[in-house]
Amino acid sequence: MANASAVPAGRSRRWRPPPLIHDARLRWALGLGAALYLALALGTLEINWARVAEGIPRGWRFVMAFFPPDFVTRWGDIVEGMLESIWMAVAATAAGIALSVPLALGAARNIAPRPVYYVCRSFVALSRTFQEVILAIFFVKLFGFGPFAGFITLVVATVGFYAKLLAEDIEDMDPGQAEAVRATGASWPQWLNYAVLPQVMPRMIGLAVYRLDINFRESAVIGIVGAGGIGATLNTAFDRYEFDSAAAILVLIIAIVMLAEYASGHIRRWVQ
Amino acid sequence: MLRIEGLVKRYPTGDVALKGVNLTVPDGQVMALIGPSGAGKSTLIRCVNRLVEPTDGKVLLGDRDLTGLGHGALRRARRRMGMIFQEYALVERLTVMENVLSGRLGYVGFWRSWFRRFPQSDIDEAFRLLGRVGLDHMVDKRADELSGGQRQRVGIARALIQQPELLLVDEPTASLDPKTSRQIMRLIRELCAEQGLAAIINIHDVMLAQMFAERIVGLQAGEIVYDGPPDGLTAEVLTRIYGEEDWSQTIRAAEEDEEGGEEEGNAREAHRAAPPVPDPERLAGMT
Repeated sequence: MANASAVPAGRSRRWRPPPLIHDARLRWALGLGAALYLALALGTLEINWARVAEGIPRGWRFVMAFFPPDFVTRWGDIVEGMLESIWMAVAATAAGIALSVPLALGAARNIAPRPVYYVCRSFVALSRTFQEVILAIFFVKLFGFGPFAGFITLVVATVGFYAKLLAEDIEDMDPGQAEAVRATGASWPQWLNYAVLPQVMPRMIGLAVYRLDINFRESAVIGIVGAGGIGATLNTAFDRYEFDSAAAILVLIIAIVMLAEYASGHIRRWVQ
Repeated sequence: MLRIEGLVKRYPTGDVALKGVNLTVPDGQVMALIGPSGAGKSTLIRCVNRLVEPTDGKVLLGDRDLTGLGHGALRRARRRMGMIFQEYALVERLTVMENVLSGRLGYVGFWRSWFRRFPQSDIDEAFRLLGRVGLDHMVDKRADELSGGQRQRVGIARALIQQPELLLVDEPTASLDPKTSRQIMRLIRELCAEQGLAAIINIHDVMLAQMFAERIVGLQAGEIVYDGPPDGLTAEVLTRIYGEEDWSQTIRAAEEDEEGGEEEGNAREAHRAAPPVPDPERLAGMT
């Protein structure tokens, strides 16, 4: 109040929120540059509307070939593929997490010595470099067709995902709680068990459930390149032009993924 | 007895937090360490149990120099020093009992602690201490369900179950309301007297320090600038510790407190020498 009355009327000071980029020239240059690039990029698309128009009825016929889904003819193969995918997802999640935990401890900046940190971080970064499909192609070449290649692919992918996120959660832990347990004379493993584990446990469980969900979906994709599971069944159905069986598989995958989504949401809320 | 000799802490940034501190705390003495933020109070008590590694100087607990200890010996030495923290520092997702028992981690093996199979004597002691601090009805509550005052009581029980010789107390009341602050300080004071514990209590509140400590040490920019009885804190001394300010309010208020009502009466008794035998009923009613 005292300030406001000190400023004479008509001479109030103006205020604008400070801009994100301070230098006005840089701000405009970046904005115009981005707009120009976008315009040029759109220009290179060369959409042939005639061909799109021709393609629509063809696409429609393709979609119609999926109906009605046929669950009966290939039911045995479908069940086998599904069970293989679920087995692959569960086993790969468990093995991946078992490998991730020590790696995450090493990759957490606040608890690992510098050299260990860099080694573990590079390892995590390396396993995150390649997309699952590329890994699967490589492992299929290495181990031959079948679910084992798929399993190894998903383990590597799980390690990259889980170790990174767990390490970040460990880095975010409350140092006060960690310090208090250290001050009691606890040994390092006891300290992990009493100070670190309780703080990261909800996230560990949440990520595990989430990863299981992802691994199941991925198992459908990597099966297409020969790594077993329901993906392989799906691929076979497409190869035989049995689109109705393929539709049945897709419906089942969607159902299982939705179920997993729903369950994982519940579990994650419950462990908080 | 704790003896600190020429303690220096230089942080990697080049800041010198402690500039050769010498301090002796006899057995059973409750000492308050006051000083402005950044004076080095936290660093000083953390250098004692080496949560912060001292750069130079000695810290002797009994006649053992703690500064040179290796890993295992340091863990054994830490068992003899209980620590109480500003933000309670309880492990939020563990139960009250698990938090208290974590004070025994230095004494039990890994698998026992992993499966929470502590010796019965530890569990008896945990129940006794929780009763003593008035929380024996909350054993299986998770620490994050407790109020601030209750959490600090759990923190106190965790420190005491270590059977320490010395308590290191870092701003125990900074996150508590004035009434709870006094209750907590009184509890620490009483428990120290019961078990013959020495304590170093870092505290911002000069009045609380005067009420509950028998000796006051003033730290300013890493150096001790006052060491004496609570009633030696004159305006001139406070200016030396904290800098220029009108201290008349602080000092007068402290004197009024000493003459105040029932609560203050108890505090003063506690303050003088042997405190009264504590009444668990009275504590049990506290929240």
